[in-house]
Amino acid sequence: MSASASAAALAGRFGRDVLRVHESCGDTIVLVARDRAHEILAWLRDDPAQRFDYLTDVTAVDYRDPGLPLEVVYQLRSLSRKVDLRVKIPLDKQADLIVDSVVDLWRGADWLEREVYDMFGVTFTGHPDLRRILMWETYAEGYPLRKEFPLRGQFSRAEQTRQALGANPEAHYSLEELSIAEAFGDLPPEMRERLARGERGELR
Amino acid sequence: MSTRTVELDLATPGLDAAGRPSRVPLGMVDPAAMDRPGFGEEHMLINIGPQHPATHGVLRLVVELEGEVVRRVVPHIGYLHSGFEKLGEYRHYNQIIPLTDRTDYLSPMANNVGLALAAEKLMGIEVTERCQVLRVIACELSRIISHLVWLGTTGIDLGAYTPFLWSFYERERVYNLQEAWTGARLTTSLTRVGGMMADVPEGWEQGLREFCRTFPNTLREVDTMFTRNAIWCGRTQGVGTITRDDAINWSLSGPMLRASGVDYDVRKDRPYLGYDGYDFDVPIGEHGDIYDRYRVRLEEMFQSVRILEQAGDRLARLKDAPLNVDDPRVILPPKRRAMSDMEAMIFHFKQVMDGVAAPVGEAYMGIENPKGELGYYFVSDGSAKPVRWRIRPPSFINLACLPKLCEGVLLSDVIAINASVDIVMGEIDR
Repeated sequence: MSASASAAALAGRFGRDVLRVHESCGDTIVLVARDRAHEILAWLRDDPAQRFDYLTDVTAVDYRDPGLPLEVVYQLRSLSRKVDLRVKIPLDKQADLIVDSVVDLWRGADWLEREVYDMFGVTFTGHPDLRRILMWETYAEGYPLRKEFPLRGQFSRAEQTRQALGANPEAHYSLEELSIAEAFGDLPPEMRERLARGERGELR
Repeated sequence: MSTRTVELDLATPGLDAAGRPSRVPLGMVDPAAMDRPGFGEEHMLINIGPQHPATHGVLRLVVELEGEVVRRVVPHIGYLHSGFEKLGEYRHYNQIIPLTDRTDYLSPMANNVGLALAAEKLMGIEVTERCQVLRVIACELSRIISHLVWLGTTGIDLGAYTPFLWSFYERERVYNLQEAWTGARLTTSLTRVGGMMADVPEGWEQGLREFCRTFPNTLREVDTMFTRNAIWCGRTQGVGTITRDDAINWSLSGPMLRASGVDYDVRKDRPYLGYDGYDFDVPIGEHGDIYDRYRVRLEEMFQSVRILEQAGDRLARLKDAPLNVDDPRVILPPKRRAMSDMEAMIFHFKQVMDGVAAPVGEAYMGIENPKGELGYYFVSDGSAKPVRWRIRPPSFINLACLPKLCEGVLLSDVIAINASVDIVMGEIDR
């Protein structure tokens, strides 16, 4: 069954929830409604005639035209049948950007969905650990790959520099580390002094 | 994964004005976890990286240990994030090629080829046969240098120093070829949409043949050194295993997927650049452990040499064949003509100032890169700059399953498993 046949089968089974089927540059693309997207993707994975067992990629597209919806894109592949299919979920940008997570179907979607959340601000309900991945967790400028985000960032250069110097993304420590830090009182006085001044690794 | 260890932020210098350790909780803090009996008594958290040679880049792993047994690994990435995908939206298609050099910087030529192929798929351009052969050579040389870095550094991680010297010596020879061809060792920017930046120089094929003739000797030495080595086998066999079904479910690709016994190679399954016309085999592992990943990568280098030999023969046969497509809207005219011929000058001006417009549409192009399936996804609204340029980064997706691979192993195995994934942070963080 070719990709276009899969798309036709999908349209036959899910009717109105398959919004549009089209082809571009030889790739078959199916647009589906958000509410049944998870069900549709699960069917594509599990139906014996479809068997799209491999999730190649999850990403999103924000168009330059602000009237167009933001699209969440799933690139699927059936390893056994050697067929590719792209499934897209259009999301109205005026409403909340929420879709169901597919981590329960493909574990590989874990970091990919985190990246879409990080870069586009799409919330994936049911994701086990949805937080920023490439940007740091306290990043406050917004979602970098959205079109309204300017290339040089939302904040001024001075503010960006101030935040970058103030942020310390490597200083996430566990309780264990903090309990070790309680040994501070036992340290030699000059080391205590040096640590209190914030100097590190200075040799005398 | 059920017991969640609390992460707290100890801001630099970690002490408040009074000299006491300051504790700034992050959003993730779960206060109930702190009250749980026994919490923090048996488990220990250690921090590997981001500045640590065994993490192969600015990767930070927070490892929760119970004794010497790993209970949890949390990778932290993003230290090298450069926003390439955003930058690509502000550039012409040809101007994106230099950005791809800097993603997977261990195989820049293969990235260039992938990008040109994606843009050509979007624009419906068919490249010449000689161009295809040269691109195959670029891809396979990239596979060899990337696997050699993997081989050498993984050997060092497990305590074997000599193969590192061998593999970096051989890698240097490929870099000499690469430098003679492109003028650069890393920032190759080898391809253009519809063709190549440059043809190979006079006599370059002899260098390639000499490399193909002598390189397998080094591989055989590595094979002698590692494949039946008791220490190597002990450190790698049965460590970091992932089953066939899990590997598919975690979207692994490349040698990571094939070591688990999945027969998926983009060169065979979705052929591009005429790869279906070359005679080569795809090695498949069966146990999905570090040892099988080593065997798969080692054999892939032998197969790359086979492809290079066939490509070298084709290159000799296509000696005077055209390199670039014959389309002045896509390929720049020769500089001499652009300076003397009015029409050529107009085409030159249009291409440099306006770029090459792609039709409205979208295209996903996946190629078999050394690390796995590298995909480029373009969405075009009809202008000369893409609306969206997405990189499907193979080592980002392969690294995502590291916490699973490391469950219940020893701390020293974390280093070996992380090495076996073959990551490159330029591509993970993009």
